[in-house]
Amino acid sequence: MIAPALDFAPLDKILDEFKGRKDTVIPILQRAQDVYGYLPKEILQAISKKAGIPLSRLYGVATFYAQFHLKRRGRHLVKVCDGTACHVRGAPRIVDGLEEALNLAPGNSDPDYKYSLEIVYCLGSCGLAPIATVDDKVYGQTETQRLVEALRQLE
Amino acid sequence: MPELKNVEDLARLHATAQRAREARRTALPIIYVGTGTCGLAAGAGEVAQAIRQELSARQIEAEVMGVGCIGMCVREPLVDIQLPGRPRVTYANVKPDMIPRLIEEHLLNGQIIPKWAMGQLPADGAPPEAQATEPGLPPYAELPFYRKQVRVALKNCGMIDPESIHEYIAADGYRALAKALTAMTPEDVISEMKDSGLRGRGGAGFQTGVKWEFCRRAKGSPKYVICNADEGDPGAFMDRSVLEGDPHSVIEGMTIAAYAIGAQEGYIYCRAEYPLAIARLEKAIAQAHEHGLLGSNILGNGFSFELHIKEGAGAFVCGEETALIASIEGRRGEPRPRPPFPAVSGLWGKPSNVNNVKSYGMTPQIILNGAEWFSSIGTSGSPGTAVFALTGKIKNTGLIEVPMGITLREIIYDVGGGTPRNKHFKAVQTGGPLGGCLPESALDTPVDFDSLTEAGATMGSGGMIVVDQDTCMVEFAKYFLTFASAESCGKCVPCRIGGQRMLETLTRISEGHGRPEDLDEIEYISGNMKEGSLCALGQLTPGPVMSALRFFRQEYEAHIHDKFCPAGACQGLFSYEIIEANCPGCGLCLKVCPDGAISGEKKKPHVIDHLKCIQCGECYRVCNLGAIEVIPLKKEELAEAVAP
Repeated sequence: MIAPALDFAPLDKILDEFKGRKDTVIPILQRAQDVYGYLPKEILQAISKKAGIPLSRLYGVATFYAQFHLKRRGRHLVKVCDGTACHVRGAPRIVDGLEEALNLAPGNSDPDYKYSLEIVYCLGSCGLAPIATVDDKVYGQTETQRLVEALRQLE
Repeated sequence: MPELKNVEDLARLHATAQRAREARRTALPIIYVGTGTCGLAAGAGEVAQAIRQELSARQIEAEVMGVGCIGMCVREPLVDIQLPGRPRVTYANVKPDMIPRLIEEHLLNGQIIPKWAMGQLPADGAPPEAQATEPGLPPYAELPFYRKQVRVALKNCGMIDPESIHEYIAADGYRALAKALTAMTPEDVISEMKDSGLRGRGGAGFQTGVKWEFCRRAKGSPKYVICNADEGDPGAFMDRSVLEGDPHSVIEGMTIAAYAIGAQEGYIYCRAEYPLAIARLEKAIAQAHEHGLLGSNILGNGFSFELHIKEGAGAFVCGEETALIASIEGRRGEPRPRPPFPAVSGLWGKPSNVNNVKSYGMTPQIILNGAEWFSSIGTSGSPGTAVFALTGKIKNTGLIEVPMGITLREIIYDVGGGTPRNKHFKAVQTGGPLGGCLPESALDTPVDFDSLTEAGATMGSGGMIVVDQDTCMVEFAKYFLTFASAESCGKCVPCRIGGQRMLETLTRISEGHGRPEDLDEIEYISGNMKEGSLCALGQLTPGPVMSALRFFRQEYEAHIHDKFCPAGACQGLFSYEIIEANCPGCGLCLKVCPDGAISGEKKKPHVIDHLKCIQCGECYRVCNLGAIEVIPLKKEELAEAVAP
């Protein structure tokens, strides 16, 4: 699937908001990612040009933090927690199961960009381990089948 | 104009808020729903909606209040019902279809449903002599989970509406700030904190009062107060619960700290994975502003303080204070050598004080109740309480707060209820990926900063993960190393390369290719990482593997010499066998086996065909009778399994 064309208008709005302030690299990238779903090369280049921040610095920050993605992601996100509590309560089994059921390695998206599979460390609900999220919905004490079901029901 | 111009205004609001709470308590039924992240994950959102629907459909007047986490994650969603003049009764594991009956029987008819009720709490705000109790229902103080707990940092969590500043003020909120601003000099505040003996709850355990003093004495202006809410340890959610359940306590603590060190600006650095905590903080900061408890000329005292939230972007190392500061400044979160410490040169090169969420959260109570009160709890070396996220293979998973000095055994067995499904306790891991694991023989260690370190683990920020016989200590150490080496920022060599090499060695061992000299190599690398790394991440990365090696060496040797994983976790290094004497032939294992490797007649012991078995473990997991055991692979299978 070809990535849809980028609309730069929302980016200009974000950059205007942060104009003249220091310590803005991380919030700008966060807001840009909220809009575009990830940080395409063109967007990083545009930020660099318009805000006068060296591209190397943007790239350095974007690759340092786990939150930033330079690759296009699916419309829906499946995050499986592999924090310690989830790990000892069977998270690896869920990851293996999803890998098989979705035919997808963690960190990747399906060819239609319907969903991406990601492993995260600790969503902070360890009491209900193992947990996973599909978009904003949290699944406590979960298993592979429930997540596959949830994905199937999404557009 | 702010609502509160001086301390008299605050005192009046305190009285009004308390009266309002009292009036509400006596007039209306109140339904409390635990809506922290854990509660919501368990379905509290749907439960709250069902309650509202039922109330409006039946036109019943009652207040529905979302509260923070009361700690018993395993029993979420929790719903409390409080009738006028009656105590608060907690129902556990509430599902939406239980709501009509709860409302009909309890709310309308005053009949408690004992089957669903877990315990009772004194009615919110009622004086002790006016507290009614429900016969036959245990008070919280008698529930095993709560009996040994002492709640300081978590005092308000689950008790008040975290989105209401009036609720916080009614619970003595901001009185400590008023006391500090009017009756104490900054030096008085610092000496009170020093006398209390509070040690930093982020894990390092440095004296909070001393830290404040350094920052106060440091030359330079402006100064900054920073709250480290980048709770990155997997398996830890103490800070999240405090921020979600009682955000004003942290704001008040930070404001007191700012007054003590002479700062006018502060930052809360919160990880982005905690959207609810951030939302509650934003709301609380706005409320504090409206009330004149933040901003300029607080309570008419001339002291001004502004507070900002900084969202982290997902980097474990940003829990290290210099990395955290770099991240606030918008850079890669790489630590730098200390000294200079942030107290001298921190944010933008200015004196800055960095403390953990719980340290700030405890501050108001120390100021209000006095140093002596605080230091009377806990031990002399580690006064006060410790908050732990108790998780893993334990019956009562949840958030607990216990006095320092309690033993690990008391926490795990009395509070936590022990390991589920009759499995054997194997180890408890404290201090997160930079901590250590302790075996059964260390269970009588008192929990305080020094004793835990001496025993081979660390206090850390409060993650406590219990594992049972099914966790392999090689795999467990490998897990932590995978995490820590992925989170190494890469700036210094011992951490960047040492972690990698150690991970390779452990991977080799867990795959059955371990060499006898591997253990020496792990110890050698670990020593160098400890000595040579720039920050605590690199220095402490070897912690879990070193403590595992110290206490569970025979398990490592079994992997290396016998190519056997006794816990049955490392693929290809074990097999299963049915213990004839324990097998009643129930057929459960036969049913779940995906490969038809199990056979046997009903009511007669079953057997596993080792040539068909793929060691998926399904049979082992379903068998409740301990009839399936982990055994070494048979020789011929072994040759095939470890073939390179």
